[in-house]
Amino acid sequence: MTVLAPSGEALLAKPRRVGLFGQLRRNPAVIAGAVVLAVLVVVAALAPWLHTVDPEFLKPRFRLRAPSAAYWFGSDALGRDNYSRVVYGARISLFVGVTVATLALLLGTTIGLVAGYVRLLDAIVMRVMDGLMAIPGILLAIAMIALSKASLTTVIVAITIPEIPRVARLVRGVVLTIREEPYVEAAIASGTRLPLILWRHVLPNTIAPLIVQGTYIAAAAVLTEAILSFLGAGVPTEIPTWGNMMAEGRRVFQIAPWTIFFPGVCLAVTVFAINMMGDGLRDTLDPRLAKRL
Amino acid sequence: MTSPVLEVRGLTVRLPAGADRPNAIEAIDLAVAPREIVCVVGESGSGKSVTAFSIMGLLPKGQLVPTSGEVRLQGEELLTATPQRLRALRGSRMSMIFQEPMTALNPVIPVGDQIAEVLETHGAATGGARAPRILELLNAVRLPDPERLGRAYPHQLSGGQRQRIMIAMALALEPALIIADEPTTALDVTTQAQILRLIKTIQAEHQSGVLFITHDFGVVAEIADRVAVMKDGFIVETGPTRDVLARPQHPYTRMLIAAVPSVLPKARAPIGAAPVVLAIERLTKVYKSSGWLQAAREVRAADSVSLTVRRGETLGIVGESGSGKSTVARCVARLIEPTSGEITLDGQAIAKLSAGRLRRHRRRIQIIFQDPYRSLNPRRTVGRSIVEGPINFGTPRAEAWTRARDLLELVGIDEAAIDRYPHQFSGGQRQRICIARALAMEPALLVADEPVSALDVSVQAQVLALLDDVKRRFDLAMLFITHDLRVAAQVCDSVAVMLKGQVVEYGPAADVFANPRHDYTRALFDAAPGKGWTFGKAAE
Repeated sequence: MTVLAPSGEALLAKPRRVGLFGQLRRNPAVIAGAVVLAVLVVVAALAPWLHTVDPEFLKPRFRLRAPSAAYWFGSDALGRDNYSRVVYGARISLFVGVTVATLALLLGTTIGLVAGYVRLLDAIVMRVMDGLMAIPGILLAIAMIALSKASLTTVIVAITIPEIPRVARLVRGVVLTIREEPYVEAAIASGTRLPLILWRHVLPNTIAPLIVQGTYIAAAAVLTEAILSFLGAGVPTEIPTWGNMMAEGRRVFQIAPWTIFFPGVCLAVTVFAINMMGDGLRDTLDPRLAKRL
Repeated sequence: MTSPVLEVRGLTVRLPAGADRPNAIEAIDLAVAPREIVCVVGESGSGKSVTAFSIMGLLPKGQLVPTSGEVRLQGEELLTATPQRLRALRGSRMSMIFQEPMTALNPVIPVGDQIAEVLETHGAATGGARAPRILELLNAVRLPDPERLGRAYPHQLSGGQRQRIMIAMALALEPALIIADEPTTALDVTTQAQILRLIKTIQAEHQSGVLFITHDFGVVAEIADRVAVMKDGFIVETGPTRDVLARPQHPYTRMLIAAVPSVLPKARAPIGAAPVVLAIERLTKVYKSSGWLQAAREVRAADSVSLTVRRGETLGIVGESGSGKSTVARCVARLIEPTSGEITLDGQAIAKLSAGRLRRHRRRIQIIFQDPYRSLNPRRTVGRSIVEGPINFGTPRAEAWTRARDLLELVGIDEAAIDRYPHQFSGGQRQRICIARALAMEPALLVADEPVSALDVSVQAQVLALLDDVKRRFDLAMLFITHDLRVAAQVCDSVAVMLKGQVVEYGPAADVFANPRHDYTRALFDAAPGKGWTFGKAAE
């Protein structure tokens, strides 16, 4: 026996919505940003095979050459090939961006989940986060590099720490609204244990704003890394990064503007592409947030 | 006959491409005479609000476009009017009362000033005449102490008071036409009765025509002179209220009227001496708020509530918002901690059990929530939502999934839909899925917290029948929370009426409905809209 004929409603409802990727494909900002980033990633990955030479190889005889067939982006004050240094520099910038974003999201999300769900820890954890937020990122990085030696790891850690509280606050805010949702209460009533509730019901519903936040963190990290290098507080000067190149070019840029121009353009394009993609993702994944901003 | 205030002829409004039908409303004909109340009644998506917004010229630009027809306000064509002209007409010759007065009022401006703004915009009651006019309006909508309330901010007023302010604003310029879009849907039933009475007296005093949008046939019976029934963008039936309610012609109207639950309780077999599943004794929940700098405040959300539910029995807890009925439900499901008192489930005291010890008993109590759009995790398929509980308690996966399929069929949903996501289902279907999820745990007690309040009346009837059916089939005890006396009359064996955290009347449904003893219960019954009509029988 069937219980009831639900006459008023169709048994199987509406056709499936256009999937997430379908929506993203229609967003020109996401496409443009993604294409530029994809090109950068390919370039960084294939650096040794893209007609480059050793970026640290010195040729004092060929100092400060203007861009030409032999030196596409010219050469710097020590006779190193600018093109090769820019291409290898993309590796560092992208690596820093991705690593910082990943670390900040992982740690920030964990802290935010705990703070949002465990009332007892909330006040303590969030006050620590508030404290961390009061420290300017660049100052912290300079202090850390002054205390330990300059290395890529130090730079990444230094940039990550100030980003964690931002993620934690975002996640905590979302968790506080989701924990009141009836589907979470239904899960509690079904005897689901706390870690599973967080993993199954709370975390997946925080993903959208997190991805968006992640792109902004990545863009900021690329920029901060360049600033630190430029200030001489970043990765060791012999490693080719865009910030290091600009720092060294600073002294000669009046006679050899290409020393600053090419890394500068690459940095700007990278940050712009990440931000474009972030804005596009935000508009697609989180329309309410898009309207508020 | 006097010429109509509002005349709508052949109005068609196109929906954007890709919607489920080409037109939001099609070939609508309506007329409202002075001193007449015309109700447009229909379920969600029938196009009744689009009709109201088209008349006001408030359709979202570019998305909904009137393609043909005419709308005449006292003979003046509105569809072709300039935005400036429409703006001048809105407020002065036609005005609108919205469903949710909290969002329609500006939260940072005292309500008196908001009424003043309406007068100011239209250059009415200038200078010294303005303040007395505002007081007069506040008096007209029967607000107590109008001088003080005029200085209050919206959040300091109750829902009913806010709606009165909205009505005062709508009346400010003595418009010829008032459009009321579900003005009482967000209000408690006793407040609703007052507001309906108010609208009726005021429109008689002011000679206005009223176009009243509602989904509730009780409200129609209470207030309307004429009715237009809408379905899928068309008016399927129109006529004087008495005729339409007593002799509905269109099958859809007949179905809608038949779906309105009767306020007379169904005859029910006595529960007798079935074993007690749930015993609540002196349950109290106190909310305390205290800050560093403010005095501690205490709210007794539930105050010494004692109730029992036997196997096979449905106990209805009836009350208005803030009466504490949901607090009791959530304490029973242990979603919140009771402050004191005892809850005994199948002989086991659970009020004070620690989270760990409680977990074993969780499966015996399942809860169904009001909002079907929020009670399923949007990122999990319905199948995974249903099997989650049983798997938590060690049911083998394969067995849990088989049972989930059976349960979906049982609640009237094709088992092939088990891998779909919640957004692919309608509200009624989601509520069915929630019932399946609750049943999957094989509970002894089902707590239903306003399970049909968010549903259309035709869907509501089906879900109520389903709940009744599963209760009988699985011999469940059910705690049924509702604000709707009609619903309670249909599903409950016994009824407890709550007021301010306390149970004021408790007994078999038939007794309470036939012979209410407490004043508040009587007030509730009096306030039920359309009580003069026997609904639920028209189909026969």
